[in-house]
Amino acid sequence: MNAANEQTYGIIARFESPAELLRAAEKVRDAGYKRFDCHSPFPIHGMDHAMGMKGSKVGYIAGICGAIGGIGGLTLQWWTSTVAYPVVISGKPFFSYQAYVPITFGLTVLLAAFGAFFGMLITNRLPRWFDGLFYSEQFSSRVTNDGFFVSIDSSDPQFNAERCRAFLESVGGKQVEVVRGA
Amino acid sequence: MRYDAKTYRLVEPGSLGKRALMVGVAGLALSGVGWALDADRFFHAYLAALVCWLAIALGALFFVMVHYLVSARWSVVLLRLSENVALSIPYLAVLFIPVLFGLGHLYHWSHADVVAADEMLQNKSGYLNAPFFIVRTVIYFAIWSFLAGYLNRMSVKQDAGYDQARTDRVKWVAAVGMIAYALSVTAASFDWLMSLDAHWYSTIFGVNYFAAGLLTFVSVLVLLAIVLRRNGVLTETITVEHYHDLGKLIFAFTIFWSYTNFSQYLLIWYGNIPEETIWYADRWVGSWKTISLIIIFGHFAVPFIVLMTRSAKRSLTVLGVTAAWMVLMHYIEMYWLVYPTYIEHGASFGWMEPVTFVGIGAIVFWVFWSKCAKERLVPINDPKLQGSIDHVNPF
Repeated sequence: MNAANEQTYGIIARFESPAELLRAAEKVRDAGYKRFDCHSPFPIHGMDHAMGMKGSKVGYIAGICGAIGGIGGLTLQWWTSTVAYPVVISGKPFFSYQAYVPITFGLTVLLAAFGAFFGMLITNRLPRWFDGLFYSEQFSSRVTNDGFFVSIDSSDPQFNAERCRAFLESVGGKQVEVVRGA
Repeated sequence: MRYDAKTYRLVEPGSLGKRALMVGVAGLALSGVGWALDADRFFHAYLAALVCWLAIALGALFFVMVHYLVSARWSVVLLRLSENVALSIPYLAVLFIPVLFGLGHLYHWSHADVVAADEMLQNKSGYLNAPFFIVRTVIYFAIWSFLAGYLNRMSVKQDAGYDQARTDRVKWVAAVGMIAYALSVTAASFDWLMSLDAHWYSTIFGVNYFAAGLLTFVSVLVLLAIVLRRNGVLTETITVEHYHDLGKLIFAFTIFWSYTNFSQYLLIWYGNIPEETIWYADRWVGSWKTISLIIIFGHFAVPFIVLMTRSAKRSLTVLGVTAAWMVLMHYIEMYWLVYPTYIEHGASFGWMEPVTFVGIGAIVFWVFWSKCAKERLVPINDPKLQGSIDHVNPF
């Protein structure tokens, strides 16, 4: 490990139970920290509210993608069956919009699903190979098992290792640890 | 009206029920005048109004059964209200009796001379004949009345004390009842609505009728909850979170209704066989075309766009207006199903259509209100009740 490249990624504190984590999240939120996160092995009801998170943008992304899918699907069928390759099928008009509905519907759903899936990944800043918190031994070994962690990122405007340590200890955090690595 | 929020009881039910009964009786009496004046028109108006409200009551029965089947939590506070809507089924069974006297006015397969001249009707006469039609109608109403009554009785018994064995039994009845419900609702819609044009057939017809009923029931439930809220009843129990979920159901079942109806249309349009397309052709003549377009846009496009956002579903004004709109659209759809065999050249509305619609609707509301006045408005001993009151939508 090269000490010159070592940097501080943030500070973490472990809590004993989901309920404690929820209460800690509320206090961190109320203390005005902006770039903090909560980590638990499973989803906790009410965590969004406790962390003061705003509504997700994924719905809008999915909606816009769905609209593109619908309009695109309709245009594709109109163009292929009236402009590019018009064929009379069972005596029906070239522009038989009734027949276009299933594919328009299908493409709307498909692109909306893509929008929801990739929008979720983008808004969660995923996928990524590495996160600075992995340098913490207790975090890596327990966060997907039985550990409930609050982390405050070093990029938070209020970040100060000593003050954060005191604060996290005051809200009941155990094994408070400043995460460093290179 | 006085309401006790501690016991969830209407201590003084007020005059709302009585007024509804008066409107209902007046409406039915006026319809009786219509019977004397123009029997053909009366029976079509009456059948359209009856299947319109019956679909809603059947939607309520489905909602209660599915609540037990999936052990739902969020809908516990809405359960008793839904049971009370479903309890109107036996009353609607009584109101169905006049239709049995009007078979000759409604169904061409009930005329011996028509059947004698029509080979297809002869082949169908083993099923489509007046005695068997009446027997089937009695069986349908017996199944639904039993289910609605049983589910409500067990739920009321639970108010005296919780019993896990009873809840397990109710789940079994709901599971078996769901199968009986699916078959009977399908067959009933075939008998009462599809056989108006006995040459035509569509296997998805029953699903369409069920989807319309469930969609409109959820809309009616929203309206009833708003009426109660305006009167200071259940204001802390049915929260905006429940309205939000009901809004989601209206939105979802609008799409489901469109999906099944379009499935029926697309196959018939593709196949282009005269014996199938005639049904839609009948509904594209003159002003029937306007009614068809009103249904496509009003029953699908309007609620689909209006209820798309989260804030619309959480606004009681937007949701309430949309719900009332859906009830109106539901009636227009039932009118559109019943009338084209009667008035072929185009749609026409007289005084009998609104009178029968309001009359039967008022009776349904009267039944609902008198059941509400009799028992508690929520199942107080349901272990999931507090969870339902505290229910919060994460998104």
